[in-house]
Amino acid sequence: MKILVPVKRVIDYNVRPRVKPDGSGVDLANVKMSMNPFDEIAVEEAIRLKEKGAAAEIVAVSIGPVKAQETLRTALAMGADRAILVQTDDEVEPLAVAKILKAIVDEEQPGMVLMGKQAIDDDSNQTGQMLAALWGRPQGTFASKVEVSGDSVNVTREVDGGLETVSLKLPAVVTTDLRLNEPRYASLPNIMKAKSKLLTVKAPADYGVDTAPRLKVTNVSEPPVRQAGVKVGSVDELVSKLKALGVA
Amino acid sequence: MKTLVLIEHEGGQVKDASLATVTAAGKLGSVHALVAGEGVEAKQAAEATAKIAGVDKVLLASDAAYAHMLAENIADLIVPLMADYEALLCNATSNGKNVAPRVAALLDVMQVSDIIAIDGERTFKRPIYAGNAIATVESSDAKLVITVRGTSFEKAPIEGGTPPIEEVSGKGDASLSSFVGCETQTSERPELTSAKVIVSGGRALKDAATFEQLIVPLADKLGAGIGASRAAVDAGYVPNDYQVGQTGKIVAPELYIAIGISGAIQHLAGMKESKTIVAINKDGDAPIFQIADIGLVGDLFQIVPELTAKL
Ligand SMILES: Cc1cc2nc3c(=O)[nH]c(=O)nc-3n(C[C@H](O)[C@H](O)[C@H](O)COP(=O)(O)OP(=O)(O)OC[C@H]3O[C@@H](n4cnc5c(N)ncnc54)[C@H](O)[C@@H]3O)c2cc1C
Ligand SMILES: Nc1ncnc2c1ncn2[C@@H]1O[C@H](COP(=O)(O)O)[C@@H](O)[C@H]1O
Repeated sequence: MKILVPVKRVIDYNVRPRVKPDGSGVDLANVKMSMNPFDEIAVEEAIRLKEKGAAAEIVAVSIGPVKAQETLRTALAMGADRAILVQTDDEVEPLAVAKILKAIVDEEQPGMVLMGKQAIDDDSNQTGQMLAALWGRPQGTFASKVEVSGDSVNVTREVDGGLETVSLKLPAVVTTDLRLNEPRYASLPNIMKAKSKLLTVKAPADYGVDTAPRLKVTNVSEPPVRQAGVKVGSVDELVSKLKALGVA
Repeated sequence: MKTLVLIEHEGGQVKDASLATVTAAGKLGSVHALVAGEGVEAKQAAEATAKIAGVDKVLLASDAAYAHMLAENIADLIVPLMADYEALLCNATSNGKNVAPRVAALLDVMQVSDIIAIDGERTFKRPIYAGNAIATVESSDAKLVITVRGTSFEKAPIEGGTPPIEEVSGKGDASLSSFVGCETQTSERPELTSAKVIVSGGRALKDAATFEQLIVPLADKLGAGIGASRAAVDAGYVPNDYQVGQTGKIVAPELYIAIGISGAIQHLAGMKESKTIVAINKDGDAPIFQIADIGLVGDLFQIVPELTAKL
């Protein structure tokens, strides 16, 4: 089976985002960008499935600016076989991303799409579910375990009450949670090898998808800042403060 | 505007998160509430929903296919119902996040995720970048599909309503997925997302036994829920559903006590709306102190037992 892995280029998770003073968005100029952490986990899981013999080919896909090639090269260096960049400088919303992915799915006919549960920039948590809907296939979201057997996959999901396991008929969409695996680092030889792997560049129009946003962002602001309070010197002081507040 | 709220329920009771979502829906217009489930439990949940103040009508869909909130089956149930509604509101919980986008895509709508405020009929505030920025967004879609952050809206009172309950049915089982099983802890403790007090432990707690020895007695004293950082969950001190943060639970208790937690932005994203934050950490420069109302610098292995004894 072929596995499609959508990967998004986002602000590095160690960077503290700064809101632009004019309220137009978050300042990304000269900020370190990386692969969305959940997508790294998806790439890793796809590679493990391939190593186990459950997958034959891994295709990484990104929708974004020309620089998203770097993100795709990272996926290739980790072990993906080839990559597709759907190049655009526009912000593409999850619904449009899902539509582009659906068009790619129609072309590539993967047995599984493995992707992140959430992009850490927009925090939408919806693209995978949307793709599954448009494709008319089942979804296993927030996965902490993925077991393929024959024409179905068992997905253990991290849910509010603990863990839940569902069985999905393949093809299916699986979205990753943090504890699914720990992604590998690409070795130097693999980074070199990745440079010669196939990376195809396309445009949203090639898939007939209109990427005009449905949500207009009218303002982006700093959250209210919380003032640091006081430091107390002892447990007794802490206890009396808590009592004074009526919380203990 | 006519709105439909997908109710989450367990054991015939409505989840607190749904009460907050009913309040949010009420700000947009009239509120119809959909209870999907199976048998007696679903019926009881529908009756409980009918008592919620502000609910104008309850739709009850009872079918074995709806017992486990499988997104494929629930989305197929909701989509045709949406012909009569202008907005669908779900909780920003694992169930809501699983179902709502599936419905949104089938309706060709761009979902508005995790709203924390309603500024107008189509204008909402939502956190992005792990809560480091707040976006105001205006939807141009014909219908709205929204998930609601439960800690940002008051809970609707669970008494006062007397609306009718109408039975509805859908396609039932889409035959795409099936429920295999679950591992959920039932505990006497308050649920994290609605607890008034939360005691949360981080990596510094060393191991599962130490976490239990130190955190549990303090939580018992305070009648508190127990949370954890991702590092503590990853290290196996506690199960995954204890995790607070950007990718865990969003909490906003009266009192949040962070013990041996450094205060990474991903953790703060889940708890910085708490009313009073107490931090106990041996590193006086730990970022958690930048947002704590009361900080105590020192060794938690001494401080926590002493605190438990003195409360
Ligand atoms: C995509 C992504 C999503 C994430 N989502 C989340 C999330 O939802 N929630 C979350 O929590 N994290 C999340 N993280 C992880 C986050 O970045 C941090 O790694 C994590 O929160 C750190 O946990 P911690 O504070 O327990 O551990 P550490 O950062 O290791 O901090 C331990 C603290 O304990 C203190 N300490 C040590 N010994 C003692 C002692 N004896 N007495 C007192 N204090 C002591 C230290 O000074 C230190 O400050 C996410 C990361 C990524 C990449
Ligand atoms: N522009 C994009 N390119 C590739 N994959 C994406 C893109 N946007 C979202 N995704 C995928 O969808 C997941 C969820 O994103 P979101 O719904 O935006 O939180 C991400 O983890 C990615 O796997």
